[in-house]
Amino acid sequence: MCLAIPGKIVEIASDNPHSALVDVVGMRRKVDLGLLQDDMPVSGDWVLIHVGFAMSKISEVDAIEQMRTLEMLGESEAAVQEVRGYGLEEPQDQQAS
Amino acid sequence: MKYVDEFRDPELITKAAEEIKRLAEPKKHYRLMEVCGGHTHAIYRFGLKDVLPPNIELIHGPGCPVCVLPMGRIDDALSISADPHVIFAAFGDMMRVPGTNGSPLEHKARGMDVRIVYSPSDAIKLAKMNPQKHVLFFAIGFETTAPSTALTLMRAKSEGLHNFSVFCNHVTIIPAIRAILDSPDMRLDGFIGPGHVSTVIGCRPYEWIAKNERKPIVVCGFEPLDLLQSIVMLLTQLQKGEAKVENQYKRVVPWEGNRAALRAMAETFQLRPYFEWRGLGFISQSALRIRDEYAEWDSEQRFHIPGIRVTDPKAAQCGEVLKGVLKPAQCKLFGKECTPENPVGALMVSSEGSCAAYYNYEHRKAALVANIGSAA
Amino acid sequence: MSSQAKLDISAPKIRFREPQIEMAHGAGGKASRRLVEGLFAPFFFGASSDALGDAAHLSINGAQLAVTTDSFVVNPLVFPGGSIGELAVNGTVNDLSVSGARPEALVIGLILEAGLRTDVLQDEIQAIANAAQKAGVRIAGGDTKVVEHGKADGMYISTTGLGTLLPGVEVSPQSVRPGDKILISGPIGDHGITILLARGDLDMEGDLRSDTRSVFPLVETLVKAAGPGVRWMRDPTRGGAATSLNELARDCGLGIVLFEDSVPIRDAVRGACELLGLDPLHIANEGQFLAVVASEFADAALKALQETPGGEAARIIGEMREQPAGSVLVLTLYGGSRIVDMLVGDPLPRIC
Repeated sequence: MCLAIPGKIVEIASDNPHSALVDVVGMRRKVDLGLLQDDMPVSGDWVLIHVGFAMSKISEVDAIEQMRTLEMLGESEAAVQEVRGYGLEEPQDQQAS
Repeated sequence: MKYVDEFRDPELITKAAEEIKRLAEPKKHYRLMEVCGGHTHAIYRFGLKDVLPPNIELIHGPGCPVCVLPMGRIDDALSISADPHVIFAAFGDMMRVPGTNGSPLEHKARGMDVRIVYSPSDAIKLAKMNPQKHVLFFAIGFETTAPSTALTLMRAKSEGLHNFSVFCNHVTIIPAIRAILDSPDMRLDGFIGPGHVSTVIGCRPYEWIAKNERKPIVVCGFEPLDLLQSIVMLLTQLQKGEAKVENQYKRVVPWEGNRAALRAMAETFQLRPYFEWRGLGFISQSALRIRDEYAEWDSEQRFHIPGIRVTDPKAAQCGEVLKGVLKPAQCKLFGKECTPENPVGALMVSSEGSCAAYYNYEHRKAALVANIGSAA
Repeated sequence: MSSQAKLDISAPKIRFREPQIEMAHGAGGKASRRLVEGLFAPFFFGASSDALGDAAHLSINGAQLAVTTDSFVVNPLVFPGGSIGELAVNGTVNDLSVSGARPEALVIGLILEAGLRTDVLQDEIQAIANAAQKAGVRIAGGDTKVVEHGKADGMYISTTGLGTLLPGVEVSPQSVRPGDKILISGPIGDHGITILLARGDLDMEGDLRSDTRSVFPLVETLVKAAGPGVRWMRDPTRGGAATSLNELARDCGLGIVLFEDSVPIRDAVRGACELLGLDPLHIANEGQFLAVVASEFADAALKALQETPGGEAARIIGEMREQPAGSVLVLTLYGGSRIVDMLVGDPLPRIC
């Protein structure tokens, strides 16, 4: 039960604060914001849409952090390899690697 | 597409795959279960198995609400809808699921008023547009979808809509995971945790898996990088001998879940004492029924339902495939009597059912992957 | 559908056993193929198991003609980018074009529903006339029937088209070889998504238009640029590009590999497909064509298309290979792959 898509709120209905128009790369869909009433999103916010309802606000901060973590994958290991390559360890350590 | 394309970046995917190869100890065989059908679908759609090392085995879990729905429930709903004054409304996923006398689409071909809806709100719209008819909304889904049904029930009540009712088949994910862990044939090293269910229930409900069962579980998103990052996180925990709940899908899943959604569910639903899950048998406290305060909008209270129990054909091994004990291709009917066009069991109809996913995306390529070069 | 002159002994005979006709039989996918091959072909084409193409090439007393027919059923009748009248002309013109023929003339059959407003009908007649003129074909005649209210969704149109064979062009699945490149003339999915939105069932809207148009000018360009290297062509209508390519794979016994990132698709179509859980490769197109071109001609062919008005978005999207025989495989840039099959029934949106 999992198909949910990120979309950007472009307009909140004037006659119904729980109804919003959300944009998904040029497609505009009417979405119910009722599940986010404890922390209502505003125009410009990104939300996750499932069966016409907004389930959650999307955190840009967390998305950026995730990308950074992904970009750094393997880098700490790569750094270790690089240091080893400089031949700075004692001869007995080199045999272990 | 923002928040989608970044998580499909080919270079980062290759990087994550390399990290997984580095972390996976060559002598070990890892069995990781993705609980959620949406993850099963994503794994096949993005061809992720091709980038994983052979010693990481992904086991498909029972988190496909269409797959675990007993055929008798479809028969019940269709029997109510046989009345010409009733409109049967359901999501596209349900339309080809076989009942004893055919799927909803086949019933439509024989004259039943069957409509596809894309939201429970559409079902309310249908009811308003057809005051002479009664709209039966066939609700399915785990906790991801139940809150939307809950809000819809509340709206139907507050607007005094009388020609509308919900045939509720919502189920809950934790009992399904428990059933897997209780199964004697299961040996699992960790879980790729449900993503969108967790936007509602949060991450706390999985803590017993880590504490009591000592298995790591990572709540995971649905893009390729989400899945691969979650596998990295699982392997890292396993390497360190850890077992904890982690949230990989932070950009969307709040640790505490969605209180407004949970409140709406509490207002409109209560747990059934037990419910039959196709392939898993009767599980207690695993499904939702509509509260008496909303009886008027509960199809099961508005109408007489036959309560038919239909057992699966003996040859169909849906249960074992659901539990991950058998692979789809190991079921005797797979690809022969049971195909997406002529499904015997729901795992072949639902696009996230492991059998359909495997059939549609994978089975003809198994022997051929070796011959295929990379994309230009 | 019509019979080509060459034999195809690799496709198995399918006999039609279903007790009633379902909507799926008209969707252009597997069910449609079963109906055509299992029920119609045995009666019309006898023991011959020829591959069924888009148009038939007939030799009658020395005159070489292409002939095809198509029927148009669409709801709503009018939609962004066109209407049923335009579809009726362009659909048949395109079937002739991709068979390697110059479209020359059409005859139109109309089935009208009693109660259809005259101004609506007139708009469609105008649309047919305009589309025919734009495509350079004559309307040679037609027929009209009226049926009772409730029986024709307003109107159904059937068109039969005649064309003359383009010299030096012989397209068939049997001509296709491993290593041949697969081209598409433009972005996929515009028409199908436009219709879905135009029905108004979805609370969704977007700036999309049907891509209905005659592809003959582009086919002519391709043939000039690649002549003997054009092996096969098809217009991917109902069932989408995936269905047409699966049919090719089955008819020629080779495999097809598509490069996912090379397939052109508009953002809005992509967004709608993601929202609804649809695969763009299964969505109908009304103004595009697929072509298999020998690799030595492929780059020149692509360039020629891209320099022709209307062909700017043409791309090479894949190639023919020995494996996976009979199937279509989609490759991602990171080395992931999935099989994409023919459409089973109508594309059903999903929430899971």
